[in-house]
Amino acid sequence: MTSPTLPSYNDTVVRQFALATVLWGIVGMTVGVLIAAQLMWPQLNFDLPWLTYSRLRPLHTNAVIFAFGGCALFATSYWVVQRTCKAPLFLPRLASFTFWGWQAVIVAAAITLPLGITQSKEYAELEWPIDLLIAAVWVAYAVVFFGTIAQRKQRHIYVANWFYGAFILTVAVLHIVNSAAIPFSLTKSYSAYSGTVDAMVQWWYGHNAVGFFLTAGFLGMMYYFVPKQAGRPIYSYRLSVVHFWALISIYMWAGPHHLHYTALPDWVQSLGMVFSLVLLAPSWGGMINGVMTLSGAWHKLREDPIIKFMIVSLSFYGMSTFEGPMMSIKTVNALSHYTDWTIGHVHSGALGWVAMMTIGSLYVLIPRLYGKTEMHSVPAINVHFWLSTIGTVLYITAMWIAGVMQGLMWRAVNEDGTLTYSFIESLQATYPFSFMRLLGGLVFLSGMFVMAWNVWKTVEPERAAMTTVNTAEGAA
Amino acid sequence: MNEMLGPAWTAFISVLVVVNIIGCLWLIWWTARPRVGEEAEGAEKNHVWDEDLKELNNPMPRWWLNLFVITVVFALGYLVFFPGLGSFAGTLGWSQSGQHDQRLSTVQAQRDAFYATFDGRDVAELAGDLDAVQAASRLFADNCAGCHGPSGQGALGFPNLADKDWLYGHEPAQIVASISNGRQGVMPPFLATLDPAVADDLIALVSNWKEPPLPQARRAVAEQKFKVTCAACHGQDARGNPLLGAPNLSDDIWLHGGSTEQIRQTVMFGRQGAMPAHKERLSETEIRLLAAYVYRLSGQADQ
Repeated sequence: MTSPTLPSYNDTVVRQFALATVLWGIVGMTVGVLIAAQLMWPQLNFDLPWLTYSRLRPLHTNAVIFAFGGCALFATSYWVVQRTCKAPLFLPRLASFTFWGWQAVIVAAAITLPLGITQSKEYAELEWPIDLLIAAVWVAYAVVFFGTIAQRKQRHIYVANWFYGAFILTVAVLHIVNSAAIPFSLTKSYSAYSGTVDAMVQWWYGHNAVGFFLTAGFLGMMYYFVPKQAGRPIYSYRLSVVHFWALISIYMWAGPHHLHYTALPDWVQSLGMVFSLVLLAPSWGGMINGVMTLSGAWHKLREDPIIKFMIVSLSFYGMSTFEGPMMSIKTVNALSHYTDWTIGHVHSGALGWVAMMTIGSLYVLIPRLYGKTEMHSVPAINVHFWLSTIGTVLYITAMWIAGVMQGLMWRAVNEDGTLTYSFIESLQATYPFSFMRLLGGLVFLSGMFVMAWNVWKTVEPERAAMTTVNTAEGAA
Repeated sequence: MNEMLGPAWTAFISVLVVVNIIGCLWLIWWTARPRVGEEAEGAEKNHVWDEDLKELNNPMPRWWLNLFVITVVFALGYLVFFPGLGSFAGTLGWSQSGQHDQRLSTVQAQRDAFYATFDGRDVAELAGDLDAVQAASRLFADNCAGCHGPSGQGALGFPNLADKDWLYGHEPAQIVASISNGRQGVMPPFLATLDPAVADDLIALVSNWKEPPLPQARRAVAEQKFKVTCAACHGQDARGNPLLGAPNLSDDIWLHGGSTEQIRQTVMFGRQGAMPAHKERLSETEIRLLAAYVYRLSGQADQ
């Protein structure tokens, strides 16, 4: 199957990843809504070990980051690299392997995590056999992506490909180093590191998963789909050069801010904080370049809901990349750490930036993948935009209030030095905000169903037509 | 941990850090330089990708560059004042353990001032002072409620502190001694020495001292057995002995349960009771406050 307009490009794998993105988005966010409800009503685990919060929470994070976000990055990077290099995908069968391999990883995660099989490293829970498959898929991804770049017909490498390339290379290194383990059985292994070193390696991985998977990768997406949809040139080439190199070099140091006031040596904590602060400007470079690119197209905000997704996404990106450095300051972190504020921060990035940029880009990409100029229903995109925005705002507002309240309650002491509140009191005070968060999640998820309907309506007639053509050819 | 870093590691880390940070400034300077033959400022650069993707030759926004430089200056300054460059401790000598110790001594001074108002005061008097009782209630929640329950109601094996029954005496000095030094209650096992039939009657006797469910003749035998076996600790009249912590068996309060089976378990296999000593953990004033709290719980402050 080839693209109707530009037959030389391999878009089968792009179509597969694009549709998988919608599917896994719905699955991952549904699990998120379920565990948010469990925080209100614990009996929703139905007394089944497979449905306990502790097992579903990693399933939620893996599904939204690596299944939803991952498929979105595969789909868009394969689309972007072919078009900006004027070259078809290098080794198309290897590209096909990355699709089926990645789906196998996702299915394996969906089976093993509820069974309680885990390495217990946050965002790196999957056990060693799955880790090996991830490594194989990722190396194949790198070969396909960089192979395509090597075959490019244009001398200059487009800025989106710098970010995609940095994301692919770094995630390979991060995954392989952090997942190093000594297997004990097929379902159990022990980390190659111990104690504080293990924690530091984990958060070097963990924060760079945010920095490279959820930031650099999606900046690559932004650098293609924002100028494409706005029909405007990128605001500043110079800005993109500086913020790219500064971002990828400085992100590497930021991990220790996850381990403030722990057994980690003071000097490492300080470096984590200092580099997180220096990271503010490089992060904002991407926001400025995106917003300024859109700035010549403000009139399109009125009729084009895709542009709305993009501008709101960039705004949340700017907000959460300001919030992150602020939370890395030791005195702020002493209040925010271990509270729901962290959850709010993560979701302003995950829902506001990552999901909204993905959704906006998919609304550009999917019609083109099926030979159309736009989605089946543009008003439905608008509905989805408002559901996403309202859901995100409800969610993060709830978590901000809850987090600051928890931080203040936990640190309150009486004049005799005893704690003013017991932990259970802070939990009780959180209930209204847990409910508000659940509501935000539900609203956001409902938007994903609108998207699924819209995608189905866009794709189905074309699929039917393609099948008819194939059958007719077969008959002839 | 810091002292484990040798000079080579410190140099390595410092060079990496400084090169990365200064490198960013160099990157800005290098990128901002005008190039020979480049497009005019604000004009489109001459590359086109995928039919319509272009880039403008705009300079980096001035305010953004200022923000970048401010964070770099802050970072370098911070690394002078605070630990960060390997084993260099920073000119302020800050450490998280130092910060912890300092906070702790501040809180300790605050606590000392707070408890000073209760120093040297009598337990019975403290039990009537609402400020003292409130302070004591927090001490109770932190130190006692784990075993004796949040309202001092006790549990199986842990004495109820809110009733009028006392194992080791109800006088303030006795309560203070219980908290300070702890108590070791020992009921020895009688499995090896008691005839099973006699044991049954003995258990029936203590289960309801005033009206035991026994025929007169067997009751007399059981009472005789009680006198030689149990009375040494629990007393001839079964009213217990606070010097030994032997419980009163003539009332209806049971530390280890009052069912026939629970009493049989107690008699045959014995019991161990352990109240830990708190004099190492709590100050003398805190112990008197807790004694006052328990004194009040048992209703003695009202009398």
